[in-house]
Amino acid sequence: MTSPPGSEPWGIRPLPWPDALSRPFFEAAAAGRLVLQRCTVCGEAVFYPRPYCTLCAGELEWTEASGSGTVYTFTVIHQNLSGAFSERVPYVVAMIELAEGVRMMGNLVECPPRSVRIGMPVRACFVEAADGIGIPLWRPA
Amino acid sequence: MPSRPAPRGGLVADRTPVIAGIGLSDLPVTPHLSAPGHHALAMKRALDDCGIAKADIDGFMTAGAYDEAVVTAEYLGIRPRFIGGAMTGGSSFELFTEQAMLAIEAGHAEAVLITYGSNLLSQSGRTLGTGDISSAPAKPGASGASPGPSGASPGASGASGASLDSGSPAAPAAPAEPTRPARPPRQKVVSGPAAFEAPFGNTLVGSYAMAATRHMHDFSTSPEQLAEIAVAVRAHAAMNPAAMHRDPITVEDVLASRMIAEPLHLLDCCLVTDGGGALVITTAERARDLRQPPAYLLGAASAMTHWNVSQMPDFTTTAAARCGPEAMARAGIRPSDVDVVQLYDSFTITVLLLLEDLGFCAKGEGGSFVTGGRIGPGGALPVNTDGGGLSACHPGMRGIFLLVEAVRQLRGQAGEAQVPDCQVAMACGSGGWLSCMGAVVLGAQHP
Repeated sequence: MTSPPGSEPWGIRPLPWPDALSRPFFEAAAAGRLVLQRCTVCGEAVFYPRPYCTLCAGELEWTEASGSGTVYTFTVIHQNLSGAFSERVPYVVAMIELAEGVRMMGNLVECPPRSVRIGMPVRACFVEAADGIGIPLWRPA
Repeated sequence: MPSRPAPRGGLVADRTPVIAGIGLSDLPVTPHLSAPGHHALAMKRALDDCGIAKADIDGFMTAGAYDEAVVTAEYLGIRPRFIGGAMTGGSSFELFTEQAMLAIEAGHAEAVLITYGSNLLSQSGRTLGTGDISSAPAKPGASGASPGPSGASPGASGASGASLDSGSPAAPAAPAEPTRPARPPRQKVVSGPAAFEAPFGNTLVGSYAMAATRHMHDFSTSPEQLAEIAVAVRAHAAMNPAAMHRDPITVEDVLASRMIAEPLHLLDCCLVTDGGGALVITTAERARDLRQPPAYLLGAASAMTHWNVSQMPDFTTTAAARCGPEAMARAGIRPSDVDVVQLYDSFTITVLLLLEDLGFCAKGEGGSFVTGGRIGPGGALPVNTDGGGLSACHPGMRGIFLLVEAVRQLRGQAGEAQVPDCQVAMACGSGGWLSCMGAVVLGAQHP
């Protein structure tokens, strides 16, 4: 578990509820690892978890991901009236392009919103939102 | 034009599809109307507009947050033999128009009614797009906590207004206030695709903001250029007595309005209103006996790239780059033939992307294209002549209003906002999070 230094509890932010398909992802994240599905036929990396490859319908297997990526795009949220987020503004929501080629939505932490740039290298860190349910966050690499 | 199949029974008839009747319910603020009430009022006005008998309607199509086609058909007292209700968000009505064209041409229907109705503002208040309107209890397996009005209620996904108070910038915009009684926030539990977005606090506005950030990065598009779009649409709204906001605004007003999700300000965001609309689509032959000049449906196409925004393949290119050229090819026209365009202006960036993807300018040149009043009143390509969702009316899924306004322009009934000698109009709906696009080309003359 590599929680961001000074990271706060997950609180009442929405909690992913793993199912049979997504459980390997959240369990790995709870253990401080980032895993991705990869097609055993064409090699395509697939995210979010699917039953079959989104490209060729081949069988998928879970593989270790590098945990490295870059910011593809982002926004700084200034208004979110949902009770789980209203006190957290401003915060960064970003699309992270992983070295493996897929993109994930996530939050950038440990950097002021003003410093975020497209193309910025980032690295996964993890927070345990509930027992056995980890969530990847991203900090400057 | 593609050859049209002969009708059943061997009769020679002109089955060219047309929009014969249009209707709007009351808008933009209607505490006296329920959502089904909007459907019914819009239907009544569309029938009265063209003079077709209700008993002659044999096709029905609708979509909405809570308005399934079967439920609404029964409520309206329609027994259709042709039914459609695919939910592609705000572009559903362009998709329905495409499908109705095919049904009319093939003889599967003689008169198709398409309706939409929503009391989004009166029902939900002003929090939509950046808030949480769901009151569903947290439970495993619930998917209602995706950002903004998505997930459990995908129908509202076209809705986006950051706040009702996007009117006069002279009056400071009040912070958006939920209309529901305050209750302690509870943790949502999310599964499926929502489990990979909802935990991060993205909002509906945030999704479009990420498209804008990337467009600015790739093409040096500026906030001022995005603001030009809001200014042009407001100038059109000033000519529409039914528009929610009619006071002129400037680029400076847009940039000075409250930041919602960078780089989108309050005045970059569409409104939340009530409203409804209806269309009657029939054959050119049938339309000869009706009250209004028909708007000929020259070509239509739809396409989607994703549903959840995190799956969008390219944040600066939408599915309109595919269905726009297809619709124009089917109509046998080029972008330069189009006299007026109605685009789903959920946000200023949506208009910019659609103008590029439909081919009115090259990819990346949308920012310079919209400057200098080109898309405003009297401009070379007037866009959203009714004041759009940014300033006039946005009850959640705006697609039907694009078509109603396109028909008004082709008939010469658009009042002060009438585009002179309007012969070809285009409507392009956008649904979800820049997810599903539908393009329709309409003409004043028989093809």
